[in-house]
This record gives sequence, C-alpha cells and structure tokens, in this order.
Amino acid sequence: MTTFQLNGHDVQTGEEERNTPLIYILRSPSIGDMTPKLGCGLEQCGACRVLVDSEAVYGCTLPTSAVQSRHVETAAGLDTPVRQALIEANATQCGYCLPGIIVTAEALFRTNPHPSRVEIAHVLDSQLCRCGSQPRVLKTLTELARK
Amino acid sequence: MKALPPGLVSTPSLDRWIGLSENRKIVAYTGKVEIGQGLLTALRTIVAEELDVAPESILVVSAHTGHTPEEGVTAGSMSIETSGAALRQASAWARRLLIDDAAARLGIAADQLAINNGEITAPGINESLDYWQLYTGSFNFEIRALTPEKSPDRYRLVGHTGQSRIDVPAKATGAAFVHDASAELHARVIRPPSLNHRLTGINAEVTSPGELIVDGSFVAVAHPHEFKAEQLAMTVSANATWHRLDAPEANFDIDETRRVRAAAFPILNGTPTLTPPTPINTAHRASYSRPFLMHASLGPSAATAVWRDGTLTIESASQGIEPLRLVIARALRMEDANIEIRHIAGAGCYGHNGADDAAFDAALIALALPGRKVLLKWSRADEHGFEPFGPAMRMELGADLDDDGHVLTWTHDVYGFTHVSRPSPHAPGVDLLAARLLQQPLSHSPPVPRLTPEVGIHRNALPIYAFDTQHVTKHFIADSPVRTSALRGLGAQGNVFAIESFMDELAHFSGTGPDVFRRRHLGHDTRALAVLDAVLESCGGLTGNRGLGLARYKNRQCCAAVVVEVSVDENTAEIQVPRLWIAADAGRVIDPDGLRNQLEGGAVQALSWCLKEAVTFDTEGVVTSRDWESYPILRFSEIPEVETVLLDHPEMDPVGAGEATVGPTSAALANAVFAATGLRVRDLPMTPQCLRGVAAQ
Ligand code: FES
Ligand code: FES
Repeated sequence: MTTFQLNGHDVQTGEEERNTPLIYILRSPSIGDMTPKLGCGLEQCGACRVLVDSEAVYGCTLPTSAVQSRHVETAAGLDTPVRQALIEANATQCGYCLPGIIVTAEALFRTNPHPSRVEIAHVLDSQLCRCGSQPRVLKTLTELARK
Repeated sequence: MKALPPGLVSTPSLDRWIGLSENRKIVAYTGKVEIGQGLLTALRTIVAEELDVAPESILVVSAHTGHTPEEGVTAGSMSIETSGAALRQASAWARRLLIDDAAARLGIAADQLAINNGEITAPGINESLDYWQLYTGSFNFEIRALTPEKSPDRYRLVGHTGQSRIDVPAKATGAAFVHDASAELHARVIRPPSLNHRLTGINAEVTSPGELIVDGSFVAVAHPHEFKAEQLAMTVSANATWHRLDAPEANFDIDETRRVRAAAFPILNGTPTLTPPTPINTAHRASYSRPFLMHASLGPSAATAVWRDGTLTIESASQGIEPLRLVIARALRMEDANIEIRHIAGAGCYGHNGADDAAFDAALIALALPGRKVLLKWSRADEHGFEPFGPAMRMELGADLDDDGHVLTWTHDVYGFTHVSRPSPHAPGVDLLAARLLQQPLSHSPPVPRLTPEVGIHRNALPIYAFDTQHVTKHFIADSPVRTSALRGLGAQGNVFAIESFMDELAHFSGTGPDVFRRRHLGHDTRALAVLDAVLESCGGLTGNRGLGLARYKNRQCCAAVVVEVSVDENTAEIQVPRLWIAADAGRVIDPDGLRNQLEGGAVQALSWCLKEAVTFDTEGVVTSRDWESYPILRFSEIPEVETVLLDHPEMDPVGAGEATVGPTSAALANAVFAATGLRVRDLPMTPQCLRGVAAQ
C-alpha cells in the first residue's frame, strides 16, 4: 500500500500498484486528476510533470511507491501566481503542455522567486511545446518574476 | 454588394447557428473546431459584438455531427473568414429579428431602441424587454439575404485585447482533451514496423480482463486499467512477428530519377495547367529543399468510441468530423446516420495528423467490444512513425537581371509529393491508416495533383513581386515513399523559403540591400510595403546578423514580414536565434492577442523545422526518428524574444493568419545565417553538420 498526499488530501493506493507509474494512478477514475498528461512516457517532453515535495518530477516513469508519505502536487492543485499569470496571459496555444509547464515553473519560483529569463528558460528546457507558446510563456513568467 | 457567406447558403436556418437558452445565455454553433489558436474565443467575440452582449453570456458549441452546421474541415487559416462571416451575419439577423419584435411590442420604431447586454430600452420609456423575453424557443427563420451588420467604427470588443481564452482555464486545471475522456476500457494499437509490413503471427496469450483484437494486421489490446493496457501492448508487440510485402523503399529524396518522372503543370493566371512547360535557361540559378517533417503533436493521437444499440459514437480531435463520419461509414459499410462524432480538443495538430486515423482505430476496437466505451491512445513511437508526414520538397529557382538590378525573368519549379490526403467522401479510397491493414483491406486513394489555385505543392509558388516575365511550374510526384499530408502552410513554407532566399541572393549579387531590392519589385503593393516598413522600423534595421523574409499567405490572405537575428558559434556551428520580429496585416483584427499568439507560434514552429527537424529512415524503409531525441524540436532556451506588430484594417474583412509566418521565418533565418557567416544554406535543416557541409564547399 502506498499513502501520500495529493494537493493536500490523503490518498491510498493498493499494494499491486506499487510499481505503476504515478501518472496512471493520478489519472485513474478513483482520483481523476487529469492535469498530468501523457506525452511520451520517456522523460523527454515533461507533459507528465508533477511536484513531489516541491520538486518537479516525471510522473510517466516514477513508481507510485516512491511517493510514500510525500506530498504530490499537480497543476490542478497549484492555485498559485504562476498558474494564474499563465492563464491570464493566454500563455498557451493548444494547452497540452501547459500543466507540465505550470508545475515546472512553480518548482522554480518556490526556490527562486525572481528568476531571470535565462534561468526560467533553462529550467523549462525539460518542457516541450510544439505549438510555439514559448515566447509568451517566457514573457509572462519573466514579468511575474519582476513583481 | 457582398454575397451571403457560403456557410449560410448551405445551412440557411438561423436556428442552426444561434439560439437563446433559459439561463440568459446565447448559444452559437460552429462546425469549426478549436485547434489551440483561440478560434472559439474569436467567434464568441464576433457574436457578442454583433448582438451587443457580454462575451461571457455566449456559449460556443463546436463541431458535433447532427448538432452543428456542416462546415467541413478546420484548415487553411480559413475559419475566421468562413465560420466567422457566417456567424456574424447570423448574429446580425438574430439581433434584427429580436429588435423588430421589441419595436412592435413597445410601439416604438426599431431605430429608437438601444441594446445593452441583451436589454432593449428606449429613451423616455420605463418599460424594457430583453432578448430572452422576446425569444420563443426558436427563430424559425431562413437567411436568404444579407442584413446590415454593425459598422466596425462602433466595435467595442472586436479588435480590442483583453479577451481571455475560453478553453484555457480548464486546460490548466482539469480535464479538457479527448485524452482525458472517461471510458470503460483503455486501448492501445500494435503497429507493424512500417506500412509495408504485415502480421505473420502473435505468440502471446491475453488473459481476462484484457482483450486482444486482431483483424488482419490491425492489432489492438484493451484493458480497464490504462497501465495494464500499456503493458499488454508491450507484451503483444514483443511477441508479434511481421513480414515485408514488397522490396524496401530506399529512396527518400527528390532526386533526378523522381524529378524526371514528375508531372509538370505550368501555372498560368494562378492556376496549374496542362500546357507543356517551356524550358528556360537563366543566368542565375539555385536549388532549395526541405526534408519530410512531422506534425509531432505533443499528445499522441487519441479517440474514444462506443458501439451501442446500433450506433457508433466517436469522440475525436479530427479537424473534419463531417467528412470523417462519411468515410468511416463507407469503410464499415454502415449508414451515416448511425455514426455520431463529437469533436473534443486534442493536442495542437497543425494540419492533418493522426487524429482521424485514431478515430478509425477506436471505431474498429469498439465494434469488436460491443457496449463498452474505449479510449484509444497512440504511443509516442507510433505517433512519430505513422502520422502522415509533411512532404519533402525541392524548389529550383532561376532569374535574369538587367544591369540596374531588376529581375527580367523569374522561374520557379517546385517538385514534391501530395500535401492533401485527408479522408474525404469524394476520394475513391479510404484514407485512414488502419484501412490497409485489415483482413479485407480497403485501398487508400492514389495521390492526385490538385489543379486549383494555391493548393498543396504550389501554394505560394507565385511570387508576391511584380516581375516582367515569370514561369512558375508545379511538378507533381505521385510515388511518395511515405504517407504525406497537410502540415501547417502546405507548400508555402518550402516555396517562400526558396523565393525569399533567392531574392536575397539576387540582392547580394546586384549589390543592393535586401529590403531595397524587395521594395524595387513590390510595385504598388502598398500593403506589403507597409508590412515591410513596419518590421524594419520595429527591429531598427537589417544589421549584420539579421535576415528578412516576406510573403502574403496564399497570395491573398495575411501578409507577414519577419526579421530573424542569429548568432552562429564558430566552433560548434550551432545557430542561435536571440531575437525575431514580425509585422503582419491580417485585415480587420478580431482578437489582437490571439492573432499575435498564432503568428508567433508559426514563427517558432518554422524555426524548429529549419534548425533541427528531418524524418529519418533506415534501409528497410522504417522510420527511425521515433522519439524526441531522434526527432528533436526547439527547446525553451533556444526560443527568441519576439516582437510583433499588427497592422489593423478595420474596414477590411479578417483573414486567417495561423500559417502566415512559417515561410517568411524560414527564409529570414537562412538570410540571417548568410548575413552573419557568408554561408548560403539551401537545404534544410540547418544543423551544425549541414552548416559545416556548406562551409566545406
Ligand atoms: S510523458 Fe513524461 S516526459 Fe513525456
Ligand atoms: S501549447 Fe500546444 S504543445 Fe504547447
């Protein structure tokens, strides 16, 4: 059995799901948090990213047992200035990459509230966007970092 | 006098476009779909403007067979022009009918009435009526003629920034994509190594509650738990053996053997013709190319389907649910009426990607598992391996110049494969991936050259410039080594890359600045000149490491000029793009913020294509670029700072812009690399390896 917190709520999963990557557990009907997205399953695109104790990790490969007693946060639970700023600026196109970007940017802003554009871009290199929303994302987050 | 928008000619009933609901909402129906460019938000703005209500009181219902107007495919940057025009006129009619009714009831002339948020009032009268009191459940009205629309000088929403995208909050915080739909079973398909392979056998057992579906070489698995479905797919895949049908395809180039076999169609008055081409020798010549490219959506193709009580219900991210329905009906020998398709967003698709194929896969699986709803997702490797690729192209340009640096003769020969193979009820075959794999295979349509203006290979092959003599010829190659179809901009990217690179080469030869040389040939094209001026003013001029590109999409839509600045690392030969400027004229601007987003998205995608991307194959003809490492795209630290200037023309009709920047950006990049290094890159992508190759020549 694995017990963890998801966006502040206690969650338990069965023993047989210890090795199931976390994303499938989060997206399963019993939890139903659809914000982590499957993009590649290969740790290459970042669409699946979630926070585990404030660190951004790949939900597509992380075994569920690894989050035992830890705090998992997803874009669904991150009602933060980062998420708000990106939504308000329409800083996305199709939006498929957006939850992963929110999660990864959030991890950065928690440790460094005033990152530069270069620092933001460097951290977001784990996140692919095919639609070309990056200039808008970088602009929005750079402005947020100045506040 | 303007004509009725075509959408209203085919669907004249006002009720099919606009309705009022009890909770003081207005429902607008469109057959077009959101593909991540804010279309539904823009349509909402148009309707809100025309009806004088707050955008928040409008609900946009998009593409659902049997429920929304039939508007074909969402493509070619046409949706604002077509669906926008139809909804604007429909809204104007709705407003007119409601206000006439109010006037009759209040006994006051309609032109004395004012509307504010659906509330109709008249000066000096206390009584007021609102839309919802007047509406009787339907308009019951057929639109046969135009009614006057609101004059643009009275716009308070259209053209103003500040509209939040309606679809974004849900995408940031919850379920919004077809991938997120609920289902009883999760399904995965197991593909052959290539479309030239067929199933020999499977040595794997599948125990309940899993399901294995095999129909010829169409292999799929389903399981109630998604991860189990994934594992099952891996097991079946590891135990499946395949054999090749024909000799492997070894040639993925548009080389001489292919070029001589191509069918030539000289373009006269904008239209490809059957006239025999005249060979022309020019003093200046250059040959450009691009490889096969991928749409490479971030979310692999997905769809749901359920077969229940004689009805097949599909949820799909297809850009054309109506044609898809007809083609699936034909493939499955079903009545059209027994298939229902509802559009749900997918990840950005930029043309014809695997969305339609996935819908058919899901349908086949659902038919094998009656009564149970399945959610099918492709794997990353299959998305990269089996989506219909953007075709490779070769462009051969030639010119003669006079002593003053004027172009006397211009030739452009573009060679390539089809850009148009969406499933269509008018095509002879079933253009859905799984069709050819079935036990009783259904053949796909043979590629045919399109001979209407500005389609496919020859899109933007005609230069924007006023040359004295020009010979532009489309060369259609039927035997593509892989399945190809529409990718953002179709032929425009390759053609504009070539034209605008060649213009730079000629400017350089004649010792003229690239902007001056272009201006010289733009004649009285004031809108193009204005766009050129605007981009130069915005960037402050073409300094030593900057390049310019200019085009008008389809030679009639959005005119865009792009300046790219590069820095090239002398040791690694890597190209960085720190800055990029765009100026664009898309007629009347509906939503400046959305328009900027589209133009910038196109520019970034084109940079990625040109700097990094090429589909690769092995000697067996199998795609080897099957993930993001073997098919890299631009990452955040490679993204330029972008400045965009919009030239608004409220008096003109709006034109689409999602594809306008791909060509100009591609050429601007090549021209910037030349400005910075003196190296002329004519074959994409401009990888360090390619740059070293050019330097070694
Ligand atoms: S899905 Fe996890 S990195 Fe792509
Ligand atoms: S907005 Fe579509 S992938 Fe980023």
